[in-house]
Amino acid sequence: MANLDREPSRRTAPPPSLAPGHTYGSVTSKISSLVLLRPYNWRWAVGMGIGTSLVILLGVAVFQLLSLGVGIWGVNVPVMWGFAIINFVWWIGIGHAGTLISAILLLLKQEWRTSINRFAEAMTLFAVACAGVFPLLHMGRPWKFYWLLPYPNTMALLPQWRSPLVWDVFAVSTYATVSLLFWYVGLIPDLATLRDRAKSRYAQLVYGSLALGWRGSARHWARYKSAYVLLAGLATPLVVSVHSVVAFDFAAAIIPGWHTTIFPPYFVAGAIFSGFAMVLTLCIPLRAAFDLRDFITDWHLDNMAKVILATGMIVGYGYGIEAFIAWYSGNPFEQFMLLGKGRPFGPYSYAYYAMLTCNILIPQFLWIPAIRRNPVVLWVISILVNVGMWLERYVIVVTSLSQDFLPSSWAMYSGTFWDWATYIGTLGLFTFLLFLFIRFLPVIAIAEMRELVHESHERSGQGHGHSGAEAHGETR
Amino acid sequence: MSGVQGSDNHEHEVYGLIAEFDGPDRLVEVTQEAFDRGFRLMEAYTPFPVEGLDFALGYYRNKVPATVLAGGLLGGLSGFALQCWSAMAYYPHDIAGKPLYSWPAFIPITFEMTILGGAFAAVFGMLYYNGLPSLYHPVFNVPEFVAASDDRFFLCIQSRDPMFDPKETLGFLETCAPRVISVVPY
Repeated sequence: MANLDREPSRRTAPPPSLAPGHTYGSVTSKISSLVLLRPYNWRWAVGMGIGTSLVILLGVAVFQLLSLGVGIWGVNVPVMWGFAIINFVWWIGIGHAGTLISAILLLLKQEWRTSINRFAEAMTLFAVACAGVFPLLHMGRPWKFYWLLPYPNTMALLPQWRSPLVWDVFAVSTYATVSLLFWYVGLIPDLATLRDRAKSRYAQLVYGSLALGWRGSARHWARYKSAYVLLAGLATPLVVSVHSVVAFDFAAAIIPGWHTTIFPPYFVAGAIFSGFAMVLTLCIPLRAAFDLRDFITDWHLDNMAKVILATGMIVGYGYGIEAFIAWYSGNPFEQFMLLGKGRPFGPYSYAYYAMLTCNILIPQFLWIPAIRRNPVVLWVISILVNVGMWLERYVIVVTSLSQDFLPSSWAMYSGTFWDWATYIGTLGLFTFLLFLFIRFLPVIAIAEMRELVHESHERSGQGHGHSGAEAHGETR
Repeated sequence: MSGVQGSDNHEHEVYGLIAEFDGPDRLVEVTQEAFDRGFRLMEAYTPFPVEGLDFALGYYRNKVPATVLAGGLLGGLSGFALQCWSAMAYYPHDIAGKPLYSWPAFIPITFEMTILGGAFAAVFGMLYYNGLPSLYHPVFNVPEFVAASDDRFFLCIQSRDPMFDPKETLGFLETCAPRVISVVPY
């Protein structure tokens, strides 16, 4: 504790979640100019180029899949869930940090969320879009996806309501819808700002239509705030339920290594762990490239690193309890999987130990404050955590399926070229959507930043009465 | 600093008078003063939600929370009813003797539908009560109003207000020392 508070500035005042000297006007012009004024630059072009190329790869992989069938993937008896489910769970987990930042931290009144919530929410949307690709493609006949939904049909069929896979359809589609609504509602005032500041007629029309005629009326703001807080209140249990339901997909099966009650909470913690890692992976280059260090301060990075450390240890606890219960239960199949030649000493032990290194060992460096405030080291750690969490899903899905109860049915699994092409293709889709977002929408919630300016001025005693208000309105 | 921009100032030809302020605290004070003087048909416009402003305007009926509750209940109940109806009446099938009314298995979807109903009610309810989308509004006719989404704070007193009198209202707004007072044309 004393170690963390050694710096005098951290002890005397709350650390700044916004660099000093900002006014309503400077916040508005700085963030909106990223969209409206900043010319296309080579960095954006390179990123977009990479993203677009990989989207083309995804298109080719999907075309190949639709014309030849899922046989082009590595999935076969007994490993029927391969990359598709690994990637689905990985992407969904990444999305969860966005909802956590925008909803749970809002309810907890953590003001440091303000400058990262917008693009974390965008990250959620794009991650959910990438996640959704996989179960659809894995069905083999994706054009029949609507059979998953309850609708009146001549086959007199309805979904099997007792199946976690059907729950998953509802959970993930609700999650995608609510994330989109939450993100859009947050964007409305900022779209109005862009409408009012845009110089070209075309931009005014587009942003003006999307802003729905928002004019910042006090009565509108009152209803807006109720709606926003209630959406946050709804999204908070939703995010927990979504990954719990994803965990039920595994836990409801009797496969050794899956059939445990710890799966839902440990999946939720793992989702937040990987999601925060992805937020760091994205926001460290973003704040460097667009000069946003005033808004995404080192304190933000420090806080996110602490969340990664805490959730990483919950994940570590999950691994420990899984192994302990396997031993304590006396179930030979569980013991084989978790303590014997399944995970730690089996054919995929390299993945298991790489997972432990990335998820348990590496995050321990975050105990050191200097590392938490070093963007480069933090960025490398965040990438390793992402790799580790992908490996976790790989270990869970592949080891348990490839060696189940009957040795005669065992078989090894590995991803094919098309597995990798689809996976890397969704990474490209994510990059593509993210770069579009950076170019056309404000990456930081402008209205919320103005509120933060107001609050920080009030706190420092400058904002009382007329004179203070004038002091920070004087930039136009 | 203060002064009327625009010339036509007849009661029924204008939407109202709009005054521009620098800071949120000053706007709340002025709004409270206008309310105390008896103005009711007025509206404040700010670039971010300002605490206390809606109360200064005399606004206290916010139906969004009740709408969200109704939407959530409707979503959850319809989700649960759909599952019960299809599993028990429409398409019952006996699996290993398990009961048809297996309500614990229906909870996850009921929960998700509750959230979905609540979220739709929150967003579309908020937009409905706010009268959005509506791309035209008289205040947009004031050139200075673009700053309402940037760093300026506005109070607009409508000409439909029974207390509204072009000269007196203008005089009142001038005593509040705004940056600019403008006439809002239709």
